[in-house]
Amino acid sequence: MEWREEAIVLGVRRHGETSVIAEVMTRSRGRHLGIVRGGRSRRQQPVLQPGNTVEAHWRARLDEHMGTFILEPLTLRAASLIESAAALNAVQLAAAHLRLLAERDPHPRLYDGLAVILEHLAEPQTTSALMLRFEIALLEELGFGLDLAQCAATGQTSDLVYVSPKTGRAVSREAGAPWHDKLLPLPAFLAKEGGDEGAAEIAQGFRLTGYFLARNVFEPRGLKEPEARHGLIAALAKDARREAV
Amino acid sequence: MAKSVAGPEIEKLIQLLAKLPGLGPRSARRAALHLVKRREQLLTPLTAAMAEARDKIGICSTCGNIDSRDPCTICTDHARDQATVVVVEDVSDLWALERAKALNAAYHVLGGVLSPLEGVGPEDLTIRQLIDRIEAGGVKELVIAVNATVEGQTTAHYIMDRLEGLDVKVTRLAHGVPVGGELDYLDEGTLAAAMRSRTAL
Repeated sequence: MEWREEAIVLGVRRHGETSVIAEVMTRSRGRHLGIVRGGRSRRQQPVLQPGNTVEAHWRARLDEHMGTFILEPLTLRAASLIESAAALNAVQLAAAHLRLLAERDPHPRLYDGLAVILEHLAEPQTTSALMLRFEIALLEELGFGLDLAQCAATGQTSDLVYVSPKTGRAVSREAGAPWHDKLLPLPAFLAKEGGDEGAAEIAQGFRLTGYFLARNVFEPRGLKEPEARHGLIAALAKDARREAV
Repeated sequence: MAKSVAGPEIEKLIQLLAKLPGLGPRSARRAALHLVKRREQLLTPLTAAMAEARDKIGICSTCGNIDSRDPCTICTDHARDQATVVVVEDVSDLWALERAKALNAAYHVLGGVLSPLEGVGPEDLTIRQLIDRIEAGGVKELVIAVNATVEGQTTAHYIMDRLEGLDVKVTRLAHGVPVGGELDYLDEGTLAAAMRSRTAL
């Protein structure tokens, strides 16, 4: 068995003294694991950093075997990431989210989302808006999609400012007014009409996706919210404070 | 099934030696044979040294270094600048920095880095002890000397966040061209980092 495809490195774990088990995300084969012989060498380690794009060549005797990877570097991003806490946490968070998916289950939409995030890591505000869309897409791929296109009560498609915590459906300003305290705020840029991607809207967005991820994904699986999510939110808040000064 | 050629004692010795880094079953067998043949010159002193190490060597409660004393030799060395603490991932990194004689400072061993894939979280590292150490006073500079990997630098940023509000200067190692490195073989990010950190000649 053998295939070759462009892939994004999500992480590695040690395997013996010289090898590692690499975890990569591919567009048509989803999250895939494989042994990289000599993966702990000085030459291989820079290639195996999360966020790098590689050409993956996977081989195994049988399809159900873990198999071995030969990974050739295409785009090495790690060195440019390490200056920014937001970028580092964004990469780690995306990897943690993709680990929620079954192995070898293709999710091309999430692969494309990850690729776009990686292209914009130098712009923290854009990264965070993309990460929110990535989390919404992840919820959808896991079967817990939010319906942010029209109001659950009236069917209207404009002035959507809330999300029902029960159904995950958008609610318009007028219909949601009596339950203002119980509904989750929907940042305008995530609604159909679009809007400002400011720090306050981003924070609202993370509260929104965080609520549904916790309720539908982390808690039923007995998982804690990834540390990188707290790290990303804290780094963004810090950047916003710095900009305000 | 292969017949055993030696008693259980030697098989056990081979099995244990094979668990050491750098030794597989074949080299463990050679090492065991070597030890048994040189009983007086090697096996007896090695057994005694290992028993002594087991009884006396422990982890320093201040910095996480391994030593036969607690606090360790480094923590009690008054010739060192105890106000500067170098934070490293592992004892092997501490030894590497000591070999380099780069800084006459104290250390703090984290015991690893944050790694979601290996299941290492903040509570598995000695970050709390590091903060307690700084809060106790006397530390003026913290040099974060973790590996230049995504996991290492995520840990560095995590520590920096946790230190917010504490009166301590935080620095980290520079990133750039290694000695003996050829520019042509370096990745773009490292080259860019090296260019950003250029110094006057």
